[in-house]
Amino acid sequence: MDLSYSPEEIAFRDEVRAFLDAKLPKEMSDVIRAGGELGKEGHDRWHAILNEQGWLAPNWPKEFGGAEWNAVQRHIFEEECAAAYAPRIVPFGLSMLAPVLQKFGSKEQQDHYLPRILSGEDWWCQGYSEPGAGSDLASLKTKAVRDGDHYIVNGQKTWTTLGQYANWIFCLVRTDPEAKQQEGISFLLIDMNTPGIEVRPIILLDGTHEVNEVWFTDVKVPVENLVGEENKGWTYAKYLLTHERTNIAGVGFSQAGLNAVKRMAKAEKHKGKPLIENPHFAARVAQVEIDLMAMSTTNLRIISKAAVGQAPGVEASMLKVKGTIIRQEINDLARRAAGPYAMPFASEAVEGDNMPVGPDYAGPVAAQYFNNRKLSIFGGSNEIQRGIIAKTMLAGG
Amino acid sequence: MNFDLTEERQMLQDTLRRFLRDRYTTETRNTIIDSEAGLSAEIWGELAELGVLGALFSEDQGGFGGAGFDIAVVFEELGRAGVVEPVLDTALICGGLLTELGDDDQRQLVEELIGGALHLALAHSEPGSRYDLDAVETQIVQNGSDIVLNGRKAVVVNAEAADHLIVSAREAGGLSLFVVPSGTAGVSLRGYPMLAGGRAAEVMLDDVQLPESARLGAGGRALSALEAVIARANVALAAEALGAMETATALTREYLLTRKQFGRPIGTFQALQHRMADLLIEMEQARSAVINAAGYLETDQRDKQIASARNLIGRAGRLVAEEAIQLHGGIAMTQEYELAHIAKRIVMTDHRFGDTDYHLERFIELSAA
Ligand SMILES: Cc1cc2nc3c(=O)[nH]c(=O)nc-3n(C[C@H](O)[C@H](O)[C@H](O)COP(=O)(O)OP(=O)(O)OC[C@H]3O[C@@H](n4cnc5c(N)ncnc54)[C@H](O)[C@@H]3O)c2cc1C
Ligand SMILES: Cc1cc2nc3c(=O)[nH]c(=O)nc-3n(C[C@H](O)[C@H](O)[C@H](O)COP(=O)(O)OP(=O)(O)OC[C@H]3O[C@@H](n4cnc5c(N)ncnc54)[C@H](O)[C@@H]3O)c2cc1C
Repeated sequence: MDLSYSPEEIAFRDEVRAFLDAKLPKEMSDVIRAGGELGKEGHDRWHAILNEQGWLAPNWPKEFGGAEWNAVQRHIFEEECAAAYAPRIVPFGLSMLAPVLQKFGSKEQQDHYLPRILSGEDWWCQGYSEPGAGSDLASLKTKAVRDGDHYIVNGQKTWTTLGQYANWIFCLVRTDPEAKQQEGISFLLIDMNTPGIEVRPIILLDGTHEVNEVWFTDVKVPVENLVGEENKGWTYAKYLLTHERTNIAGVGFSQAGLNAVKRMAKAEKHKGKPLIENPHFAARVAQVEIDLMAMSTTNLRIISKAAVGQAPGVEASMLKVKGTIIRQEINDLARRAAGPYAMPFASEAVEGDNMPVGPDYAGPVAAQYFNNRKLSIFGGSNEIQRGIIAKTMLAGG
Repeated sequence: MNFDLTEERQMLQDTLRRFLRDRYTTETRNTIIDSEAGLSAEIWGELAELGVLGALFSEDQGGFGGAGFDIAVVFEELGRAGVVEPVLDTALICGGLLTELGDDDQRQLVEELIGGALHLALAHSEPGSRYDLDAVETQIVQNGSDIVLNGRKAVVVNAEAADHLIVSAREAGGLSLFVVPSGTAGVSLRGYPMLAGGRAAEVMLDDVQLPESARLGAGGRALSALEAVIARANVALAAEALGAMETATALTREYLLTRKQFGRPIGTFQALQHRMADLLIEMEQARSAVINAAGYLETDQRDKQIASARNLIGRAGRLVAEEAIQLHGGIAMTQEYELAHIAKRIVMTDHRFGDTDYHLERFIELSAA
C-alpha cells in the first residue's frame, strides 16, 4: 500500500496547476470563490479555454478528441480545479450525452454532435424527469409517436437544469405505451428551436433560475434523432447514469468549501477571539474535516479500482450519500460562521454598486446552504442510493 | 399541572389562526415579500385591530396580555403562517424597551404602536458584534445639552419602515439607548431584502445630534432592560420556529400521503415513515421547550430555560426543515411552494439573537454558575 501519488501523477498535477495559474481568468475564479454563478457567456468562455488546451473532455477517448485520462488523472484535475475556484464544467453534453453517443450512437450522430459539443456550438440539457416521474423515472409519460420519418412528441419535462441556455435536449420518451414500463422507452435528441417547445423557468428557493419546465406540443423530431434502437432507451439511460455519477463524491468542492469556512472563522470574532478558536465551532469543523479525509481516501480507493478497469457499482452510491452529507454539513457551517450577516438576501445585498453588506464572504452562504439541499435529491436521491446499497447486501443483488 | 391555554389565549389563537389562514395566503405573502416595502401596511392594520399587538403588552402598559404564554401563542401562529411582518421588532422588542425604560412621553409611543400607527426598529447589533448583546462600539459625546452619536449598525430589521429607531451606544462604560426619529440628520440607511422575507438595513450614524429627551432610561444603564426584552424576543423566536415547524411537518405528512412513485404513495415506504416519526418526536420536544421558555420567563430560571429552548429549537428546526425538504424531493426547492418559505423561516430564526451553538454555550455557562 502506498498512499502517495506516483511521480507521473505528481508531474501531472503540477502541469494542471500551471495551466490553471496561467489560463483561469481571475475575474472568473473571483466569482466562484464569492459563491457566485457564471452566466452562459462565462461558461462558454471557460469551455473554450479548456477546449484549446485539449482538456475539455478528459473522459472521452482520443479518437473523438478527448484527453482519455484515467480515473486518477481525472480526479487530480477535478481537485485542482475546485481548489483554484475554476467554474464547474456543465456536464450534460460532455459527460452525460457524449458517452452514450460514443457507445450507442450512429456514425452520423457521432460525427455531427460530438465536435459541436467540444466547440461549444451546442448546449445540451437533460430531459429525464417529469412531474410524475422523479425517483420512479421509468413511469415517464412524454409520448413520441412515429409518423412517417418523424416522431411527434407530446408531454412535459421538468427540473431541466440550465435549459434556458440549451439549444438541444436529450429526452427519454415513451414510444410503446403497451410494453412493460422500462421496455417502451426511447432516447431522443431534440432541437430546442423546434416549434411546439416551450421553456418555463422554475425559480428555486434561493431566488436562482437554474431549472425549468419544458413543454412539448406536437413537436416534430426527425427519426434520425433516435439514439440506438427504438424502445431500448432505458439501457442507454442507465449507461448515462453511471457517467452522471463520476466525481460524485465532490471531494474537491468539499475541500474548497472547508477552506472557505476556515477562512471565515478566522475573520469572524466571537467575544474578541476568532471564531475558529471557539471550541464548539472548532469541533464541528474538525469533525467534518475528519470525515472528509476518510472520504477522500475512500474515493481514491474506488477510483484506483476504476483506473484498472473495474467498474464501480454500489461504491458510487456510497460516495453520493456520504459526499452530499459532507458538502451539506460544510454549507451549514458556513451559514453559521456568517452569523447575523447570513440574513440578507444575497443577490440584492451583494450585487450592484451599492455599499456592500457585511463581509464579502457572508452574502451567499445562506443561499448556498438552501440551494445545496438539492445535492441529496437529484441524480438519484439519497434514499434511492441507500436502497441500492442495502439491496446488494440483503437481497444478494 | 395544567397545560391547557386559558380561555382568552385559546380565543386569541383561534382568531389569529383563522385570520391568517384566510388573509395571509401563500400568494398574498409572496406578493408582500416581493414588494418594495417588504411588508403590508394593510395586514399590519388588521393585525393591530385583531389585538395581536395589544396581546404582547400587559394591562398597565395599555395592552391585555404580555406574559410569556401570550407571546408564545401569538408567535406560534405568526410562524405557522410564515408571516414576514415585523411584529417582533416593532412591538415586542421596541415596544418592550419603551415600556421598560420610557418616560411618560416615550410611553405615549406604545399606545400608538398598539393601535398600529407606528413602526419601530432596534438598531443595536454592529458589524463585528455577532450575537453578543454588550458588544457595542457606537459612541456618544455630550455636546453641551446635546448628544452626538457616531457609529454603524448592522442588519437592522425593519429600519426602513420605522418611524423611530432605538439606537444603542456606549457611554460612561455602560450601554445607553436613544429614540431617534427616522430622517434625523446624519442617519442614513442602506436597505435590502432578507432571504426569508422582510427587510433590514445597515444604519450609518454620522454626527447625529439628539436632544437629551431622546435618551431612553438612565445613561449607561440599559443593558439589563435590553437583556430582559431580548429574553422575550427569544421566546417569540422559539415559538415562531415551532409554528413554522408544525406547518413543515403538516405539509410533509400530506405530501407523503398523496405523492405517488413506484405505484404507491411514498408514505408507504418505511424508510420515510421512520423519518416522519422522528420529526414528530422532535416536534413534541420543541413544544415542551417553548413551554419551558415561556413559563419561566418571569423567574430566575429565565436565562437558562431560554438558552435551552433556543438550542433545542435550533437543532430540531434544522432537522425538520432539512427533512421536510428532502422528503418532498425537488418540489420543496421551488420558491413558490409553501414549504420553501417556511423552511427558510425556520432556519433563519437561528441567526437572530444567538444561534444553536451560541445558546449551547450560554447554557453551559449558566449551568456552571
Ligand atoms: C435542482 C435540481 C436540478 C435537477 N436537474 C435535473 C435535470 O437537469 N434533468 C432531469 O431530468 N432531472 C433533474 N432533476 C430531477 C431530479 O433527478 C429529481 O428531483 C429526483 O429524481 C427526485 O425526484 P422527485 O423530485 O420527483 O422526488 P420523489 O421521487 O417524489 O421523491 C420524494 C421523496 O421520496 C423519496 N422516495 C421516493 N421513492 C422512494 C423509495 N422507493 N424508497 C424510499 N424513498 C423514496 C425520495 O428520496 C424523496 O425523499 C433535478 C432536480 C433538482 C432539485
Ligand atoms: C433485557 C430484556 C428484557 C426483556 N424483558 C422481557 C420481559 O420481561 N417479558 C417479555 O415478555 N419480554 C421481555 N423482553 C423481550 C422483548 O420484548 C423483545 O426482545 C422485543 O419484543 C423484541 O423482540 P426480539 O428480541 O425477538 O427482536 P425481533 O422482533 O426479532 O426484532 C429484531 C430487529 O428487527 C426489528 N423489527 C422487527 N419487526 C420490524 C418491523 N415490522 N419493522 C421494522 N423493524 C422491525 C426490531 O426493531 C429489531 O431491531 C426483554 C428483552 C430484553 C432484551
